[in-house]
Amino acid sequence: MISAGRAYRRRKITNAIMSAAAALCTLVVLLPLFVILLFLIRQGAGSLNREFFTHLPGAAGEPGGGMANAIVGSLVLIGLAASIGVPIGVLGGVFLSEYPSSRFGHVVRLMADVMNGMPSIVMGLFAYTVLVLPLRHFSALAGGVALGVMLIPTVMRTTEEIVRLIPQSIREASLALGIPQWRTMARIVLPTAAAGIVTGVMVGLARIAGETAPLLFTAFGNRFWNWDLLQPIAALPLQVFAYAIAPFDDWHRQAWAGALVLVAMVLLINIAARYFTARQVRLR
Amino acid sequence: MKALKTSPMTNHIAGRPAAPAGGIDARDVNAWFDRHHVLHGITLAIAPRQVTAVIGPSGCGKSTFLRCLNRMHELVPGARVGGQILLDGGDIYGSGIDPVLVRRRVGMVFQKPNPFPTMNIYDNVAAGLRLGGERIRITLDEVVERSLRAAALWEEVKDRLEKPGTSLSGGQQQRLCIARALAVAPEVLLMDEPCSALDPAATLRIEELARQLAADVTIVIVTHNMQQAARVSDVTGFFLSGELVEMGVTDQIFTRPKDKRTEDYITGRFG
Repeated sequence: MISAGRAYRRRKITNAIMSAAAALCTLVVLLPLFVILLFLIRQGAGSLNREFFTHLPGAAGEPGGGMANAIVGSLVLIGLAASIGVPIGVLGGVFLSEYPSSRFGHVVRLMADVMNGMPSIVMGLFAYTVLVLPLRHFSALAGGVALGVMLIPTVMRTTEEIVRLIPQSIREASLALGIPQWRTMARIVLPTAAAGIVTGVMVGLARIAGETAPLLFTAFGNRFWNWDLLQPIAALPLQVFAYAIAPFDDWHRQAWAGALVLVAMVLLINIAARYFTARQVRLR
Repeated sequence: MKALKTSPMTNHIAGRPAAPAGGIDARDVNAWFDRHHVLHGITLAIAPRQVTAVIGPSGCGKSTFLRCLNRMHELVPGARVGGQILLDGGDIYGSGIDPVLVRRRVGMVFQKPNPFPTMNIYDNVAAGLRLGGERIRITLDEVVERSLRAAALWEEVKDRLEKPGTSLSGGQQQRLCIARALAVAPEVLLMDEPCSALDPAATLRIEELARQLAADVTIVIVTHNMQQAARVSDVTGFFLSGELVEMGVTDQIFTRPKDKRTEDYITGRFG
């Protein structure tokens, strides 16, 4: 007969306590996220209307107006950052995974990790020094470069990890067919790793989408539409920042709405990343 | 076993020029992993269009030897090869010889089936031609069908060529890998324990296939399964501790081995 001894009871109790502790920790992690989301929605949703998405900011102190240029500006900056950060990051990641123990590779990997931990305003300073000063004015390009440089280490390290996860047998199958190394990488290994790399890029983009500091003295912000990459451009985080510290109630409400749109954008990017990860799992 | 060997060898890979024979002459081949000396002066000849089996206990260097034959060994960091390997008279380790071109002439099938996971059946077979760098003008459709037929897989997959290669069973995947290797028309096909991940029925099919393919291609098969070597090969070489102990006609190796160590191994006294 199975007897419920003392050891059994102790195990049951320990299990219950640990399960409860784990659940509590999860809750503690999730709580701030939901509080922020709820608060944002409560404060910002009221100001979200068609005008917000289609109009330029109104004159100072005047009610109405929107953030259309800032939303588009943020998308332009993210696009610029991606077109700089993704190619460099992916190619660098391929190099690191192909030549993992080269001396140059070690240096690059260390640099990437240092860059990952660098305060984002330093990236803004970098872009300010190499682009804004020589060109003599703030520009969308400088903002895109600042964000793009921030993107590089994330994309590079993800690419390296994912490419290294691709089984050696796939690579060998390709090489044994007489397919050259670079073609093996470009046509066999990278497509196999694509889903993982896309996920890494998405996470990186989500992170830089909300950056304010690197844009302060690069993209600078703009109250009007701008399609010239060499001129200052509006960005959601900048607009939110500017409105939040302004003395007008209407602007405060709009800042909340802008923050809500920004979070929604990041959330969408993250959901897209999840979608690609799920597809990758199915592929296996 | 006899019936298998004398089965009609139909020439599946039509249009193959008869000239390249696919004979291999290994002379004093040594191989290292860093400082670890794994092959000690292997000298042997592999006759064209025959099945040559390489047997021996685990770690005897038989797989390493096979990977020397298409310059795959050197892909492992720190790995090195010494000596000469002549393919139809030309040293594949000669200076200025591009390993990529060697591998196009000496194909390989691996222990575990490894179809490209992102590709469908058709693209898997076509991969070598599409990505091999040479602009070819024969229709891919033709090559794909011919290769799948040669690998005895055509009838099973002809209606679902657009399905992923990984959707096939293990045995089918291995035949897909054989078709993929055949599509670039190699002179030699190396098989590194091609059946060790397969069930007995699938194993039998691969063995039959190896026999049939030998009509057109030189086959070198590494196996730890002595029955398989006896069933499938014309010539057998026995490796032990990185050395070639004995090589000869398969029947002779298995019935009247000259070396005591060979006899001990095939009678199951070790290994």
